[in-house]
Amino acid sequence: MNFPSKLIEEAVNEISRLPGIGKKTALRLALHLLKQKETVTEELSSALLALRKDIRYCTTCHNVADSGDTCSICLSVRRDKQIICVVEDIPDVLAIENTGQYQGLYHVLGGVISPIQGIGPDELKIESLIQRCAGSGVQEVILALPATMEGDTTSFFISRKLKELNIKVSSIARGIPIGGELEYTDEVTLGRSILTRVNYSSE
Amino acid sequence: MHLKNLKLLQFKNYAKAEFQFSPEINCLVGKNGSGKTNILDAIHYLCLTKSAINGADSLAVQHGFDFFTLMGDFEREGKSLEVRCVVESGKKKQLLQNGKAIDKMSEHVGLLPIVLIAPDDTRLISEGSEDRRRFFDSMLCQLDRQYMDQLVRYQHFLKQRNALIKLFADKGKWQEELMEPYNRELIQGSKVLAAKRQAFVDEYSPLLVDYYSFISDAQEPVSISYETQCLEEDFDTAFRAAASKDFVLKRSTMGIHKDDFVFQIGGYPIKKFGSQGQQKSFVIGLKLAQFQVFHAHLQVKPLLLLDDIFDKLDDGRISQLMKLVADHAFGQLFITDARPERSKEILKGINAECVFFELRS
Repeated sequence: MNFPSKLIEEAVNEISRLPGIGKKTALRLALHLLKQKETVTEELSSALLALRKDIRYCTTCHNVADSGDTCSICLSVRRDKQIICVVEDIPDVLAIENTGQYQGLYHVLGGVISPIQGIGPDELKIESLIQRCAGSGVQEVILALPATMEGDTTSFFISRKLKELNIKVSSIARGIPIGGELEYTDEVTLGRSILTRVNYSSE
Repeated sequence: MHLKNLKLLQFKNYAKAEFQFSPEINCLVGKNGSGKTNILDAIHYLCLTKSAINGADSLAVQHGFDFFTLMGDFEREGKSLEVRCVVESGKKKQLLQNGKAIDKMSEHVGLLPIVLIAPDDTRLISEGSEDRRRFFDSMLCQLDRQYMDQLVRYQHFLKQRNALIKLFADKGKWQEELMEPYNRELIQGSKVLAAKRQAFVDEYSPLLVDYYSFISDAQEPVSISYETQCLEEDFDTAFRAAASKDFVLKRSTMGIHKDDFVFQIGGYPIKKFGSQGQQKSFVIGLKLAQFQVFHAHLQVKPLLLLDDIFDKLDDGRISQLMKLVADHAFGQLFITDARPERSKEILKGINAECVFFELRS
């Protein structure tokens, strides 16, 4: 792509580094900003700068925190402090929060174990999870990691690590999505849902 | 099952070409370099979504172009099936069945079985165990979807485990607990896959013995033995005990990726003790047994492609093979030969429709 000005080119290059944004969209955004008042761009860039500079991560669960060292979920008195839900990354916290079904705390690992990509337990917040569980009154850990081979490996590793602490470790169920038809479900998922079926007669 | 016609666009030496095939015998004749084998390769592409000759799709595109298209109308169990394969450089390979795109190539593999007998088949004997594993894996994958899924999973975990061993080697420290998830997967996968390989060899081996003695008209006993450590009782312990060796060698030294299929003649390895003629008969036996297994499991006769075999085999073996053809043991047949008179002579006495295609470069 050829640009009429060096300045536009630089802006486009930077904006198109964001995920999901190609050169054309980046150009549209850049030209849009040029049409707006200068203050719009100033506000945008100062918001971005503040985001980057002032953001804090919760020292307990590694979720984002607005200020201080602890996030709003960990601070809340209404949350059940006996349950910890382990997730891969921050968007997963939002996804589970939106279900409205979970009142416990979280633990954000920051990834899953994948030696091919050079990610081992030391690159993740696994040690801090173990310490949290060893510390005070945690009764159950729910593993809500992706249903991939790497997610399963990580789940298995964590469950082994937690074994000696005598805490209940569970994993979220894998199976048919609500409203889904059996005939359109892939065989692996359907097979797994049969293996981990729910016993109705005991309820 | 047969292939009714084939259209090629910018595939290897064909800018544009179209062929109407006979459901029985098709003989592709022409000088060296006229593109006989390329037609067989195009058929191979449509059936198995990849080249029989070399791995990279980009190498199959005609020089100076950036894509190729293959189209073929098959008839399978009375129904017609149009298969189209499009490979464009820098894009994902596309495969369409009756105009509908197939997401996973693995869904297509196994639908249109095919057996290729080619001059370099003796590699199966002369080369290392990897070629033999690939040969058997490819058959098992076409017959058993679960085998294919398990194998893909196994290979993924193997890659992860090897990467982990390298990480450990760099740090100079072995962490057993981190290795355990991978050990578990590989041990379990090895057992399942090895059992399936063993069962397959048990079924396949008698067919090979029959075809070998038929082709070679000889009495020396041949056999295949499947060699693996994965079916032994103490495999779990042995796998874990190999950790220190794995650490030194920086790779996984136990599992089904170390298996071999040993081909024997008279109780000795055919690689070392078989004559050239015995080896040729053996590989043809392997391929005909493959044909038989596919036919039995899939209930359709695979396409049989014979690449340049009149050149490589002596008259005795050719006449035995032609007896099978005359008995209608095979379905649709594709034969390539550089010398048309010879093919005409050989196929003259056979009571089947035989169409000749003269190719010029």
